[in-house]
Amino acid sequence: MPSWPVLISQAFNGLALGTLLALVSSGLTIILGTLGVLNFAHGALFAVGAYAAFVLLQYTSSFVLAIVVGCGFMLVLGFLLERIIIRYFYDRPHEDQILVTYGVGIVLVECVRAAFGGNAQRVPVPSWGQGATQMGFLIYPTYRLQLIAIIAGLLLSLYLVLYRTSMGLVVRAGIENPGMVGILGINVRRAFLLVFAIGVVAVGLAGMLYAPVVAVTPDMGANFMAQSFVVIVLGGLGSFPGAVIGGLIAGEIISLTSAFNSSYSEVMLYALMAVLLIMRPQGLFGSEGRA
Amino acid sequence: MMRPRSGGLRGWLPELAVLCTLIVAPIVFPHLGFSTDLLTRVLNWGLIGLGFDILFGLTGLLSFGQAAFFGVGGFVSAYLLVSHTVDSVWLALAIGTVAAGLFGLLVGWFAVRRIGIYFTMITLAFGQMAYFIENSPLSEYTGGENGIPGVPVPVLGFGANAIRISAGMPMYILFAAIFFLGYVLARRIVGSPVGAILLAIKENTGRVAMLGHNVPAYKLTAFVIAALYAGLAGGLLGSFQSYMPPDAFSLETSGQLVVQTIVGGAGTLIGPLVGAAVWLWLRDNLQLIPGFAILWKLVLGIAFIILVIGLRRGICGEIAHWWNERRNLAAARAAEAKTETIEAHNTDPITKPVAPPKDVRLTLAEPTTGDSDIALEARSLARHYGGLKAVDGVSFKVRRGSIHAVIGPNGAGKSTLFKMLLDEVSPSSGEVLLFGEKVTGVGVSRAAQLGIAKSNQLNQLFPNLSVRKNLRIAALARRRGPMRFDLLRGAGSIPDVEEQIVSILGLLNLVERADTPAHILAYGEKRRLEIGMALATSPNVLLLDEPLAGMSPAERLATCAFIRDIGRSRTVVIVEHDLDAIFELAERITVLYEGRLLADGTADEIRRNPAVQDAYLGGLHAHEPA
Repeated sequence: MPSWPVLISQAFNGLALGTLLALVSSGLTIILGTLGVLNFAHGALFAVGAYAAFVLLQYTSSFVLAIVVGCGFMLVLGFLLERIIIRYFYDRPHEDQILVTYGVGIVLVECVRAAFGGNAQRVPVPSWGQGATQMGFLIYPTYRLQLIAIIAGLLLSLYLVLYRTSMGLVVRAGIENPGMVGILGINVRRAFLLVFAIGVVAVGLAGMLYAPVVAVTPDMGANFMAQSFVVIVLGGLGSFPGAVIGGLIAGEIISLTSAFNSSYSEVMLYALMAVLLIMRPQGLFGSEGRA
Repeated sequence: MMRPRSGGLRGWLPELAVLCTLIVAPIVFPHLGFSTDLLTRVLNWGLIGLGFDILFGLTGLLSFGQAAFFGVGGFVSAYLLVSHTVDSVWLALAIGTVAAGLFGLLVGWFAVRRIGIYFTMITLAFGQMAYFIENSPLSEYTGGENGIPGVPVPVLGFGANAIRISAGMPMYILFAAIFFLGYVLARRIVGSPVGAILLAIKENTGRVAMLGHNVPAYKLTAFVIAALYAGLAGGLLGSFQSYMPPDAFSLETSGQLVVQTIVGGAGTLIGPLVGAAVWLWLRDNLQLIPGFAILWKLVLGIAFIILVIGLRRGICGEIAHWWNERRNLAAARAAEAKTETIEAHNTDPITKPVAPPKDVRLTLAEPTTGDSDIALEARSLARHYGGLKAVDGVSFKVRRGSIHAVIGPNGAGKSTLFKMLLDEVSPSSGEVLLFGEKVTGVGVSRAAQLGIAKSNQLNQLFPNLSVRKNLRIAALARRRGPMRFDLLRGAGSIPDVEEQIVSILGLLNLVERADTPAHILAYGEKRRLEIGMALATSPNVLLLDEPLAGMSPAERLATCAFIRDIGRSRTVVIVEHDLDAIFELAERITVLYEGRLLADGTADEIRRNPAVQDAYLGGLHAHEPA
């Protein structure tokens, strides 16, 4: 049995990882729920975000400015991908959508590799996030604490966009019944474009914010994508609250298991998914009969 | 692609072509930049691809977790050999393959419960799980990130005469021989009844279940077959490079297999092999060009996107498609021309409106489920959707051997009631009995096996299969039962099934159209095929949901005569809006109105019933609230 400080510190790690997974998965889930497209390029876009932070920080000394410019870049990238490729796949089988986004993912990762090589890059922690914070009996890296707060803020603003704006209403209605939204005379295609771009920005932001904590490599997104698939299965297809809660659960499971035996941390996550598939196949927040 | 074997040498043409290519390859391909080792690698990928193509190309299930089975087969074989638990490489390969199959059974059991996107996500997630299990909890056995070095090569024979299959040419011959056997086996599976049903599952999963096949069991079969092929290839990989690498388990491996299959052509069996040749050739040869060393995968990725957008059939698929088009062009044109004639004249030239009554004789015997006089009984059936009572406590009995009609204005609950009769929709309360046996709660496939078949209001055909194959899927259902592993016999080799198909083709007047794909048929012909498929299962009770919908007057007459013929030997329950036809056909009529039973009686009683007249004439007698 590990000591309490270790457990609590792992719980914080779980919170940091969980909020990050929640942000990655919510991008994936709103695209899936609204457009019906499972975006297999999501992992690659995570890496693109991290590299965007890496490049932009070389031109500006301000982390915040780099993030803002990076978001603009991800937004444009999202628009381009939707206009050039994704929109032609709305009426094609799910398998084709998966295949083409997987291909986009390969191309993005290989572009990154061609430009920056395959070696790991380091992104510096911003000046305001250096050092560690003393919290009672626990010393915890300051940037990780800030990361939790920043991502919580981002998820809250995504929540406000989805649940408090008319655009968000269209998106949520689109998740429930895309056909009906079109019949009501709303330009669904324009909403689709916007949703895809927002999803791309969400995962790109996650990549940028996480870049200072990990080694930045072209393939860094693959495992995040697999974990965010588990999160979606846990939370229920296309459900934003499901992605957030599922992300937190997944993060805590990985971190707390590694407090006991680190070799089982990832395995436990997938084992939980298997159990949930038997007990509640539609996920925590999903409705029966979808997909 | 997947044509029936016409017997003789011609049927073995693909096998011969593959065999010749395998023999010629090590002589010709080295000049094109393929070393012998590279060819062996291509064969290894091709071997996994054979199984994967049965899962994806044939059944339409896209798995992103095949690396898990490749890895399990490889590491189990390698561990047994290196730890000297087993000394025979052959035995180790066999055990590794079985282990991969068992793991496939476990993963598949979870995965086939979900469809489409979920299926793909679940296979990917389990693939990742296998990777992490290999990497940490089991690293004592698998070497973790180091893999297992020193895997021995196979030996043929015993003692002093034994031949070690060393690297280079001998290894190529071994892989070629195994690939060829695997290919022949895969072709047999594709051509078997199981293969026919798997293809039908890709075309229209719901209808396959409705005909009485156990769809999850067939999907699981395809999944395990794919896992077995992958496991064998994994075991061979360790022996080939005398090292079992941990990246056999990686997501990259699963993805590479998918890309190779799409590039080479899914649904062709050799597509994955061709795709692997393209992938590995690009990797090895582009790396030699200065400046291209890290760009080879980018080139491949762009080519892959273009293929998915434009040439979805892949290399082999496009060639096969072009070849078939050329060979069958005349037949396809003739079939389309015929459809146009039928639709232009709005009559079916091959239907004679006044056919003499004939007895419908089906070769496949129906099982005797009981000798009671009541074939089908609904007991206070109800179905509520929230506050809406679509059907509200309806009871009626259908006499054996009669034609029984269910009528009612739009929204009366007829279709919902019908769906409950074969457990397609489960009732909120009440039950359905078939010859006294409870149907409610058994599921639509089991209901079909018990002897209830339904033709749908909207056609549910297998559009790309020929009329004959459509009927075969139906006729196989009750002949073979919900599930059977006859993987090696030909799909068309069961005599009574073929007789059944011939007799139904005659009944439907579709003999000349037997080899026409269902999507080319004229509307009236499609409707007849829809009914014919239900009939081909040899049901005790045949449910017809608006069989006359959308038909021309001539087609209506012909179809009515046809239904009357069926009614001579089967119990028929029919829902229809054409009341003239119903009063002509039905012996007993049940009238529904707003979800409730309004009347039940003979055609004459119903015709004279004032309540029925009110229901149909609506507001004329204004005592009903609108």
